Amino acid sequence: MVIVGLPLAALMWKATSDGTQSFWDAATSPEAIAALKLTLATAVLVALLNAVLGTVTAWVLVRDNFHGKAVVNAIIDLPFALPTIVAGLTILALYGPRSPVGIDVTYTRTAIVLAMMFVTLPFVVRTVQPVLEELEVEVEEAARSLGAGPLTTFRRVIFPNIFPGILSGMALAFAKAVGEFGALVIITGNLPFKTEVASVYIFSRIESGDSTAAAAVAVELLLISFAALLSIGAIRHLATRHERA
Amino acid sequence: MHSARLDRLGLRFLALAYLAVILVGPLAIVFWRTFEHGLAPAWNALSQPDTIHAFKLTLIITAIAVPVNTVFGIVCALAIVRRSFPGKGLLNAFIDLPLALSPVVVGLSLFLLYGRQGWFGGWLDDHGIQVLFALPAMVIATIFVSLPFVAREVVPTLREIGDEQEQAAYTLGAGGWQTFWRITLPSIRWAVIYGVILTTARCLGEYGAVAVVSGRLQGQTETATLRVQERYESYDFAGAYAISIVLATLAILVLVALTVLRPKEGTS
Repeated sequence: MVIVGLPLAALMWKATSDGTQSFWDAATSPEAIAALKLTLATAVLVALLNAVLGTVTAWVLVRDNFHGKAVVNAIIDLPFALPTIVAGLTILALYGPRSPVGIDVTYTRTAIVLAMMFVTLPFVVRTVQPVLEELEVEVEEAARSLGAGPLTTFRRVIFPNIFPGILSGMALAFAKAVGEFGALVIITGNLPFKTEVASVYIFSRIESGDSTAAAAVAVELLLISFAALLSIGAIRHLATRHERA
Repeated sequence: MHSARLDRLGLRFLALAYLAVILVGPLAIVFWRTFEHGLAPAWNALSQPDTIHAFKLTLIITAIAVPVNTVFGIVCALAIVRRSFPGKGLLNAFIDLPLALSPVVVGLSLFLLYGRQGWFGGWLDDHGIQVLFALPAMVIATIFVSLPFVAREVVPTLREIGDEQEQAAYTLGAGGWQTFWRITLPSIRWAVIYGVILTTARCLGEYGAVAVVSGRLQGQTETATLRVQERYESYDFAGAYAISIVLATLAILVLVALTVLRPKEGTS
């Protein structure tokens, strides 16, 4: 409580200490709004990309068999263990100024999406994988033998089961992407209105001594994080309702 | 059957391509870049005094934050699972909060609490205690961001083992401490170890919160991750890559440890 609650209380207090009007002005300044919009848009895009590619990866890890699968399975967690600043640097090593494949995304919004995808990669895979493991392969085979094509099998049999997992993985990925800082700080160039995301905006306001503006946007980020946490809780609640009933 | 096989290969290719493009490819290039001119440049970069200091600082912070969070995590997990008290739901929610919060928001909150105009700043200033832009704030920030890991690992294990054995120990006359050391701790030890490894990884890699509260003074309050950025922005790519490689190697060791431990968790 002292470690977590007190600092957040200080943040709330700072954001509103000069009155709600100046809080509102700081929270809705054009640069702040642009940063928030960019952050939300990229985070939603990243969550959606995760939903598709993460589900495919989870399916391959559970249903497919190939040499080195165990290694691939272990690698999935690497973004959890790797420092985020190193994640940013790694993205730039392949897609930066000295790229060996000739792709340079430095200071673009593509770089933001790539870095966010790197740090959020495990979430959907790790929430969908256990559900798929429990879902017996016989159910899929039964659907197939009754004449359902692969798409119908997926849509009618697999998808309804893994949907809550996908949703909570997306919410986790979204929350992580919205707050991401380390992976973005060196690759976005922090150009206001172009590549400046909310966390970087807050940091640059702190550096320039304008902590009211920083606090205002930080409170907005905090509320978004709360909303993401709450929705994860709600999804878990809904997903387990038949177990509790 | 033939088309099902093709689908399977297609999905496998998609998944592996995804991992290669986003994760493995970039990492491989970093390893290659670091050692493309042999070991010497990497070694020289790592033996700069400021870099050595940065690694030492990271280790000191980790050495303080991990034990604190281990004790706190176990206590919290016990409180959440075994006790009921007013505000328990709140504690439960608060524990997860650091996972969802932006590290910069964490850093800013501490900055506002301990800064000159903050709630504690004035008092600390009067008594000549330096918290912000010094080790204490960096330790507090690291504790904050790595807070949930032990508790989150221990809570499900405690739920699973139930409290019959603990009740039996009490009935046989064991005190609270004795029961904890002899019954509870041995049965949650793998969860604790797992949580400690995750906490360590998070502490070693913390960047955003520490970047705000440390002031980033070279050779003084610069941790390994801050040093990566400083080297990169000074166009010393060899230096940035070398430090990153050390941190990435630590991350890979963490992964190996987790993979080795996972089966044991099931059998204990």
